[in-house]
Amino acid sequence: MALMSLDVLQQSASTSTPPQARTTLEVAKLIDISRCIGCKACQSACMEWNDLRDEVGVTEGFYTNPPDLSDQSWTLMRFNEQVIYGRLQWLILKDGCYHCEDPGCLKACPAPGAILQYANGIVDFQQEHCIGCGYCTAGCPFNVPRLSGKDSKVYKCTLCSDRIAVGLEPACVKACPTGAIGFGSKEDMLFQAEHRLVDLVERGFAKAAIYDPKGVGGTHVVLVLPHGDRPEAYGLPANPRVGPVLQAWRSGLARAAGVATMFAVLAAGILHYMRHGPLEVPPEGDQEVKP
Amino acid sequence: MTNHWADIKNADVVLVMGGNPAEAHPCGFKWVIEAKIKNKARLIVVDPRFTRTAAVADKFAQLRPGTDIAFLGGVIRYLLENDLIQKEYVRSYTNAAFLLDGKFGFDDGLFTGYDEAKRSYDKASWAYQVDKDGQAKVDPTLQDPSCVYQAMKRHYARYTPELVERVTGVPAAEFIEIAKLIGSTSATNKVMTSLYALGWTQHTVGSQNIRCIAMIQLLLGNMGLPGGGVNALRGHSNIQGLTDLGVMSHLLPGYLGLPTEKEPDLKTYLEKRTPKAVRPGQMNYLQNTPKFFVSLLKAFYGAEATKENDFHFDWLPKNDKTYDILATFELMYQGKINGYFCQGFNPLASVPDKGKLIPALSKLKFMVVIDPLVTETSTFWKNHGEFNEVDSKAIQTEVFRLPATCFAEEDGSLTNSSRQLQWHWKAAEPPGEARPDIDVMAGIFLALRELYKKEGGTFPDPIVKLPWGYAKPGAPSPEEVAREVNGKALADIPDPKDKTKTLAKEGEQLATFAHLQADGSTSAGCWIYTGSWTQNGNQMARREAADPTGLGNTPGWAWSWPANRRILYNRASADPAGKAWDAKRKYITWNGKKWVGPDVPDFKVDSPPEEGMSPFIMTNEGVGRLFALGGMAEGPFPEHYEPFETPLSSNPFSPKGGGKTLSNPAARVYKGDREKFGLAAEFPFVATTYRLTEHFHFWTKHTRIAAVLQPEAFAEIGEELASLRGIKNGDRVVIKSKRGAIKVKALVTKRIHALKIEGKDVHTVGLPIHWGYEGLTKPGHLTNTLTPFVGDANIQTPEFKAFLVDVQKA
Repeated sequence: MALMSLDVLQQSASTSTPPQARTTLEVAKLIDISRCIGCKACQSACMEWNDLRDEVGVTEGFYTNPPDLSDQSWTLMRFNEQVIYGRLQWLILKDGCYHCEDPGCLKACPAPGAILQYANGIVDFQQEHCIGCGYCTAGCPFNVPRLSGKDSKVYKCTLCSDRIAVGLEPACVKACPTGAIGFGSKEDMLFQAEHRLVDLVERGFAKAAIYDPKGVGGTHVVLVLPHGDRPEAYGLPANPRVGPVLQAWRSGLARAAGVATMFAVLAAGILHYMRHGPLEVPPEGDQEVKP
Repeated sequence: MTNHWADIKNADVVLVMGGNPAEAHPCGFKWVIEAKIKNKARLIVVDPRFTRTAAVADKFAQLRPGTDIAFLGGVIRYLLENDLIQKEYVRSYTNAAFLLDGKFGFDDGLFTGYDEAKRSYDKASWAYQVDKDGQAKVDPTLQDPSCVYQAMKRHYARYTPELVERVTGVPAAEFIEIAKLIGSTSATNKVMTSLYALGWTQHTVGSQNIRCIAMIQLLLGNMGLPGGGVNALRGHSNIQGLTDLGVMSHLLPGYLGLPTEKEPDLKTYLEKRTPKAVRPGQMNYLQNTPKFFVSLLKAFYGAEATKENDFHFDWLPKNDKTYDILATFELMYQGKINGYFCQGFNPLASVPDKGKLIPALSKLKFMVVIDPLVTETSTFWKNHGEFNEVDSKAIQTEVFRLPATCFAEEDGSLTNSSRQLQWHWKAAEPPGEARPDIDVMAGIFLALRELYKKEGGTFPDPIVKLPWGYAKPGAPSPEEVAREVNGKALADIPDPKDKTKTLAKEGEQLATFAHLQADGSTSAGCWIYTGSWTQNGNQMARREAADPTGLGNTPGWAWSWPANRRILYNRASADPAGKAWDAKRKYITWNGKKWVGPDVPDFKVDSPPEEGMSPFIMTNEGVGRLFALGGMAEGPFPEHYEPFETPLSSNPFSPKGGGKTLSNPAARVYKGDREKFGLAAEFPFVATTYRLTEHFHFWTKHTRIAAVLQPEAFAEIGEELASLRGIKNGDRVVIKSKRGAIKVKALVTKRIHALKIEGKDVHTVGLPIHWGYEGLTKPGHLTNTLTPFVGDANIQTPEFKAFLVDVQKA
């Protein structure tokens, strides 16, 4: 919201390119799972900064609370107990929007300007333009956006675009006590992540890897996964990508087909007129219904 | 902490046992992560559960609750057997070479001098051999069979990896792997830090758990070095300050003891409490006790305290017995206490056996609760359905609730685990009628004094004549109190080295406790805090973040007791000749003229290495104690005893001792409580209680966000136990001990597995403590409905960490 219109790179349901997007630094949040202790400070900070208050729920036998993302919970620590190579692992994922370079939500959205992508990579929802159709939730390969039952608008992590616009780091980054969440240019974050892999491999995590999935053109929330060969163990999709229907829907081919259909209908109309002439309207009296 | 939070980053190995810092101290845990990332440190976690700390550990072992001494004793044996000790350090800086009294012995789980009827020891034989001048004898070769080193070796010979496995449940191979990693820090260039908290203290052998790690750190040469130490992670932001200021029934500020009835006058008290040197050339710093004590009396009683009246020693209360929290509630239960002040404390939730506490509180005539929040204690008389079934009409206790401010609504200082006093400033106005605790107490004092003035009483002087020179008598300012605690010169203090100079002029704030005097010319409300508010102002408010050495000791940030020292015993960071053991950790060294380094030397700065003064200046022999002499209730070497509720019927370390040595033979058990201990036949599972990161005790359930993050009470049970009892994740279960039952949700987990103990499967049940019948979370039962009313033999910390329960589907 607080970023300016000149920073908008693309917007939903709009063929026009926004006027001269400024070149800004591509940003990223780095979540290093190997130093995350699942304290939920990020969840708490997110609620504080964005003034979100989910319901006080119940315990269903999990550390993950609330049980899922919601319009009031834009980030969530998901706890997964896994035995990997015979060793018990408690994998803790800070889930939320991954801010895809190629955002499925934006592609699916039919409401002009309801979803924006800024030049720095952040994908942001503009609730005043949202029509509540929920297409974005279907378009997201990470199952992140949530439709509010209260106002029928969709909500998700903004990557604290309002804080970033004024030079602050996202609230979750600020609150993280162990430095497991970092924020900066994507280049720097990837560099740091690479550096972490060296340490992890040395500690026996031979398959440690960076999660920056190419199927969505890379993300602006990247992760260091100690078990990089098994993103599913953390609850992450192994190969997230924008669905083929959606891809086709938003491709040039679809646009051409749409335009062709329009012209075909027009042509058919003219042809029909030429053959049959105008439609005759019967005399008015015949139309009246007698009481 | 002997070291400090930021110093953890200097460690090569971090041992977390008896604590769960990632959950209970997430902000401090950043330094463990820092050690891992910047120092390639290895993190070891030994715990009854796979915790969030274990989630980032390099090595994890699950042990049975209450078997830490078995594990650590095994480590001691492993280090001694495999010669993984820092020999020169051990020989020079510990009492390994000291010869023990010929009468000292240990047999079948008992040390010499045990009196079964009194459940206590005559400790006369737990002593050194002394020469005719009263000086202890030593054998620097460590070969004499009566030396501490040899006695220790004999004592721990039983702690084999096989027996460790049978008792703790940690497979011998895993145990050895961990012991080896710990032993790797016996090298002079490797250091281990130990982080512990209530997981070690809340046992009937709690103090001995800590003794064990102190011994291990001495054997490894890890005390006094950056990245080393024995580090207690305190559980409240100012609980270190609480003990420093002596808010315990047997203490006065600065760890000076409250006199007992056997010390009727100042002379007797000081003679008994001032240690005498037992080795030549040692500092024996506590020989200064009279200076600290007299200065304290001057701070209390001002001009009223004179040399002639023994500084009004007679005005101090004298303890007839101990009044720890268990003793207090036992007395209350017996109807011997009429009124109770409950300040920043929720005993109904924090003291064991709720079933005993409700009748105890019901016998009071009145209770005053001073707290910012509604506590369960303050509404104990109200029927809260299944969570607190009481008959309100039958309870006549009158409860007064005085709302207090919370930390953000007042100025003051907080002392953290690093012994660092940090001044803080008020950030918000208190709501409603809330007043600072100081004002509440001042108000009560002034009203009482008026009553004493008007009506007299048995002994009005200590109250009527107590100096109360605050600008606003009803609201002493934190600044005034802090200055008083630091202390000042009441007369010019001459410099003993140069009589023409003074150390401090009359009326000046004192710079250091080294300037305190025993003649009444100085005052100090807490000698270890002297230096915190000097002539240069409030040292606690300093915020200089510079860290010139990169070791993280930031000497200009706030102020640490004692004397702004960041690492205790830091002289031990150098070898006997005064050279750093490890160039990378060069800290306090001898430069030919004096001891220098980035910290305040914990030593006589001008004592050359040739004089042979040892670094542990607070003991009267100058060295660290592997053998604790008479310092501990249950023995000079830690010995494994089972928790008072145990799945075993005999102690595998002393099978011949029978029932006598099954559990701590020196722990106090009240009549009626022993009958309330459960047996394994009826209560087959071992339970342990703990905190979760989402909550702080019973406070944060009052805040919406924390309530959302962890809304409802649960118990963690392993998959094997769940299938044994037909319990599914999320089911409601009843957890029952001999003392009561609670209902919670089941969290079935892989993170707790069944342990093989003496050939049988033993299951562990994890019980977080945070819920109650007040606050925004789902109402829950107080976990202390289940816990046993018995405590550590030395300081009576309740055994919250190991007891027996049964689990059934609700």
